[in-house]
Amino acid sequence: MPKTKVLAKGKATAAARDRSIALRVNGRIVEVRTPPHRTLLEALRDAGFVEVKRGCEKGDCGACAVLVDGIAVDACLTMAWTAEGREIVTAAGLGSREAMHPLQRAFVERGAIQCGYCTPGLIVAAQSLLAKTPDPSEDDIRHGLSGNLCRCTGYAKVFEAIRDAASEMRGARRRR
Amino acid sequence: MHATFDLDRPANLAAAFALLKSEGAAALAGGTNLIVDMRAGRERPQRVVSLDRLEALRGIRQTGGQVSIGGRTTVTDLLLSPVIAKTAPALVESARLFAGQMVRNTATVAGNIACGSPAADLVPPLFALDAKLTLVSARGRRTRPIDSFFTGYKTDIRRPTELISRISWKAPTSRSCALFYKLARRKGDAITVVGVAVALDVDRGLCTRARVALGAVAPTVIHAREAEAILEGRPLTPELIDSAAESASAAARPIDDIRASAAYRRHGVRVLVRRLVTQAWERLA
Ligand SMILES: Cc1cc2nc3c(=O)[nH]c(=O)nc-3n(C[C@H](O)[C@H](O)[C@H](O)COP(=O)(O)OP(=O)(O)OC[C@H]3O[C@@H](n4cnc5c(N)ncnc54)[C@H](O)[C@@H]3O)c2cc1C
Ligand code: FES
Ligand code: FES
Repeated sequence: MPKTKVLAKGKATAAARDRSIALRVNGRIVEVRTPPHRTLLEALRDAGFVEVKRGCEKGDCGACAVLVDGIAVDACLTMAWTAEGREIVTAAGLGSREAMHPLQRAFVERGAIQCGYCTPGLIVAAQSLLAKTPDPSEDDIRHGLSGNLCRCTGYAKVFEAIRDAASEMRGARRRR
Repeated sequence: MHATFDLDRPANLAAAFALLKSEGAAALAGGTNLIVDMRAGRERPQRVVSLDRLEALRGIRQTGGQVSIGGRTTVTDLLLSPVIAKTAPALVESARLFAGQMVRNTATVAGNIACGSPAADLVPPLFALDAKLTLVSARGRRTRPIDSFFTGYKTDIRRPTELISRISWKAPTSRSCALFYKLARRKGDAITVVGVAVALDVDRGLCTRARVALGAVAPTVIHAREAEAILEGRPLTPELIDSAAESASAAARPIDDIRASAAYRRHGVRVLVRRLVTQAWERLA
């Protein structure tokens, strides 16, 4: 049963006001003009961040995951306007071609990528997991990836990649 | 998204109440129900009022024997909190089995309650804790036991201008044990087929308080009242536990759906109530 009054399609009375919002993505400010009913996924892809993938658009697949203030969220279940003032990082923003993030490198080296559609979301989810749990058990990794679907890899190599990256990241932390 | 609506991010409760008064307004917390429902056309609010800046709805506090959490507490917050680990272990178990990481990171406790789904996983453990909800609006606040909040399938006593600001409960004593089991098609990211929360208090060999809450087997989450009465005031025996399990199964009013048949759900209730009550009793013995 709907909680809000159901209106005939297209009869929304509140005029959608387009507005320019400033999103902080991968360390730089991006101006996006967008109405209030656009999701962060739509706004980011419109702005060229196409590494954020559009999958199910209902929270099931995790392909759209981005970090918001360091925590992985589904961009398809986040409204663009509510992301204003927050720090957004996409999978591509974690590292660069020259200085790859340990997760990015481990996914490549372990062959944890096949078609690649799920990969940005998996890397974002893994980063969010490792930030809280630097030495994850098998169960922790399962729990951390429970919102990501991959139709290709069977996950085994994904798990290996995350374990590799985690140990590299722990080593880097110790050296610091 | 196809739906069109206006969106506001009020900075305080007074501003939020003013916005919620307008026609077709809906509160937005984690968005894990509302945004999915708007995209599917099941909800068509004209004005979405985001709660993301309302700090009054956040925070996990324990003062003496009383625990209080803000409505915007996320499922992940529950998993990371030592206060919750200590005072609500069944809620932690439910949070652990909840959705996937990204949804857990944004889904809120108040949103889980307010969505009114009988399969809302955090609700049975909150029933077992005798949790109370604080509802606030421009007109003031009222506090209601969670088990008197729901009135039917996805209906409740909340006025459209009210927000669930806090959820509170009494910290259990060392002589109590609470457990939760989520029966679903798989362990990760699945909708509950049967959810059972059980809480027992034991004193000098007697079960002094019993709570048996059932999820996904009736139009709302329910107490198995008769089963609770069977267990209270007695030392528990396998026969008594059997009859409580039987009674809980009879109290369920499940439906057939794509996830399971009504008969399977009834059977699930019987098996899980027997198992959880036995485990809780043995842990306290
Ligand atoms: C992929 C996926 C998996 C899921 N898995 C599970 C699961 O395993 N178990 C489960 O129980 N649920 C699950 N859900 C459902 C959902 O995540 C939960 O019900 C969640 O707790 C809703 O909270 P929210 O903050 O996202 O609510 P929102 O979507 O923001 O809001 C839901 C409703 O509550 C109202 N509301 C929100 N906050 C308040 C408040 N403070 N006061 C008054 N009203 C309020 C809103 O107006 C709306 O009507 C899942 C959802 C998805 C998309
Ligand atoms: S596109 Fe967001 S979870 Fe699938
Ligand atoms: S690599 Fe193809 S979906 Fe994961």
